Amino acid sequence: MNDHLHYLARHAVAGKLSRRDFMAKAAALGFSAAAAGTLLTTEARAAGPQKGGTMRIGLQGGSTTDSLDPALSTNQVTLMLVRLWGEPLVELNDEGGLDGKVAESYEASADAKIWTFKVRKGITFSNGQSVTAEDVAKTLERHSGEDTKSGALGIMRGIKNISTEGDNVIVELDTPNADLPYLMADYHLVIQPGGGMDDPSAAIGTGPYILKDVDMGVRIVAEKNPNYWGDIGHAETIEMIVINDNTARVAALQSGQVDMIDRVPPRTAKLVARAPNINVHSTSGPGHYVFIMHCDTAPFNNKDLRLALKYGINRQEMVDKVLNGFGSVGNDSPINSSYPMFTAVEQREFDPEKAMHHLKASGHEGEVLLRTSDNSFPGAPDAAALFQQSCATAGINLNVKREPNDGYWSEVWNTQPFCTSYWGGRPTQDQMFTTAYLSSADWNDTRFKNEQFDQLLLAARAELDTAKRTQMYADMGEIQRDEGGLICPMFNDFVDATSDRLDGWVENAKGFALMNSYSPLKMWVKA
Amino acid sequence: MPLIIKLLAQRIALGLILLLLVSGLIFAGTMILPGDVAQSILGQSATPEALENLRAELGLNDPPLQRYIQWLGGAMTGDLGTALTSGADITASIAKRLSNTLFLAFWAAIIAVPLAIFLGLLAVRFKDRWPDKAISAVTLASISIPEFLIGYVLMYLIAVKLRWFPSVAMINDSMSLGDKLSAIALPVTVLTLVVLAHMMRMTRAAILNVMQSAYIETAELKGLNGFQVIFRHAFPNAIAPIVNVVMLNLAYLVVGVVVIEVVFVYPGMGQYLVDHVSKRDVPVVQACGLIFAAVYIGLNMVADVVAILSNPRLRHPK
Repeated sequence: MNDHLHYLARHAVAGKLSRRDFMAKAAALGFSAAAAGTLLTTEARAAGPQKGGTMRIGLQGGSTTDSLDPALSTNQVTLMLVRLWGEPLVELNDEGGLDGKVAESYEASADAKIWTFKVRKGITFSNGQSVTAEDVAKTLERHSGEDTKSGALGIMRGIKNISTEGDNVIVELDTPNADLPYLMADYHLVIQPGGGMDDPSAAIGTGPYILKDVDMGVRIVAEKNPNYWGDIGHAETIEMIVINDNTARVAALQSGQVDMIDRVPPRTAKLVARAPNINVHSTSGPGHYVFIMHCDTAPFNNKDLRLALKYGINRQEMVDKVLNGFGSVGNDSPINSSYPMFTAVEQREFDPEKAMHHLKASGHEGEVLLRTSDNSFPGAPDAAALFQQSCATAGINLNVKREPNDGYWSEVWNTQPFCTSYWGGRPTQDQMFTTAYLSSADWNDTRFKNEQFDQLLLAARAELDTAKRTQMYADMGEIQRDEGGLICPMFNDFVDATSDRLDGWVENAKGFALMNSYSPLKMWVKA
Repeated sequence: MPLIIKLLAQRIALGLILLLLVSGLIFAGTMILPGDVAQSILGQSATPEALENLRAELGLNDPPLQRYIQWLGGAMTGDLGTALTSGADITASIAKRLSNTLFLAFWAAIIAVPLAIFLGLLAVRFKDRWPDKAISAVTLASISIPEFLIGYVLMYLIAVKLRWFPSVAMINDSMSLGDKLSAIALPVTVLTLVVLAHMMRMTRAAILNVMQSAYIETAELKGLNGFQVIFRHAFPNAIAPIVNVVMLNLAYLVVGVVVIEVVFVYPGMGQYLVDHVSKRDVPVVQACGLIFAAVYIGLNMVADVVAILSNPRLRHPK
């Protein structure tokens, strides 16, 4: 491209030329607005992150009842809070691999049963204390053990012993687990001084920010930690505001009161994107919306009936109408291409004839009752109505019962044999399957008990050869698609939005929404 | 005037007895809510021993009457206990939220009450002519539209398009009064529109009722003009029903604005209560219930007292 234009773009980025003037000059040189805009972005990236400024974020999901204890963190707001002040041992990077945080490096014994994490030298907590291997061991202990309330307990169960040796923390497992480092990236497991045993809610950690003003469920202000070791955390001040109402959150971004929001409603995302100063980002992720059947409860203990329902759902229609295109079709397995060792198995399509065939083979007569509620996933009652209609074309009499939001997760989900629900996904196949599809899983919400599946899961966990593991996970996906109680019509994209005051968005980062909740740390405020 | 003092004392005593009865109802109501408090704190994976320990710690094994008396004693000395979910001191959290709610209600009332009464008087003065019809049409329309819709429309026009006032009405201690007023401009406008019609119509009706009286005719005959008649002779005699409806609306501004709080992200009592109800945080729900009841009873008591003071017939009962 034209040298002069590059020169102008650098000036524009440095603030010596306004964006408008730059665009006018670029147009005079014969470049389209789109090309000039792209160039401006590239130059801004090349100039590197800018320091300082205040980043204001509007988030959904916070409540007055939230706790600062990372063990009790459950929603987007508390997750992002933890990211601000603390760090786990390792963290998922944008490509799906792992970067060291509090741990400088890690290694496994040959059988993947003993893992050694080396604590980073010279880093301190925000209270000035140095980070020791002892702190790490105590943190892991606090999240294990039967009396902990930690959300990470499920992934800590396989740990037999935690010990320290100089700067090293040694984790011994009951059974081999090739994915242990991924488990250590769990957001509950941020390293706290003394493991946070004395004061779990002190919010003292090694993160890039220090919390200044905390009003849970309302507003949180954080200032840059001057002693932070790493190179993320560019803004001087971060202000997080809890805005649970969708319309209010979008309006706050449009009126320039916040620079970044999560959960743009898919229905209006395209309208929001039309504003010139707003960028809407759609990121595919592991989150999915599901219809779950209990494989051990009549009538869903009949494999043919389960197959009839699986063939009776129109997946593409749901992606188009419920997600408004912000998502991808599912294949009755909780795994998609966002997982590291994913192989696609043959896609199941909507097929009324096969559905009718399996319905006949099942011998089931009369209606099938599906329970749903507004909060089981956004648009769940609509999705249930679509399912009802597509089933009707296959001769299946699906009856939809609307349940109240209040109490849905205690009274309906994991209790009633057929209902709508959602999963946020996990970073690895092993974690997802262990959480919800292993015969003995606490949250086996499809009551899926398959011996072959369990054996494959344990074998894959111990397997360090990636090719063999990939094949095992493909086999498990097939078993689940054909035998399981999960109807997974769609994977929902994360739809976030930022104003053009910010720069540094990374497309398709792995993990949770908002660049795995790292956008406040990795993005910057443009000067 | 000892008689008046006796009357007022009676009213206040009645209010307190009512509040005591309500506190009993609130306590009983939260007792019969389904679900065990200890279970909801510790979650599904709680062991029976842990549940038993927590029940003992919270005093859940004591007889209900004893717990009620303890709770009431605490509440009267300003100690409302601690929240089960976050462990925060309820009195401190509520004080902050309540002061926010009162701040919003105060400014909404400062605008809405005089405006409603003025519009009511105006409507009476121009009864059945176009100002009367215009005022009625506009206020009735604004009370008929759901408040969240008015909120969204104003948000779109004033915050997003014109950018005069912010859409997020977030206030905190570090803001100046001017900043705070700018932040709450939109919710105050919506609340004013919502409560205006009720008070305006009541003012109009009450004064029109009085306007039929013989002494109004006398005032007119002695040559007073329309506004003087309404203001000096009709309004003082219509004050009791107007104050009643004003107080009901003030109570609404304090206890009933959760939708506005959600739409404008205002950190008031409504959102605080809803968050805790959905987590079954019973002590907070009880405390909020008690405060809301006190506000309602208190404001109605004020209305009664004003009615008594403004009406000689009530001042000297037979």
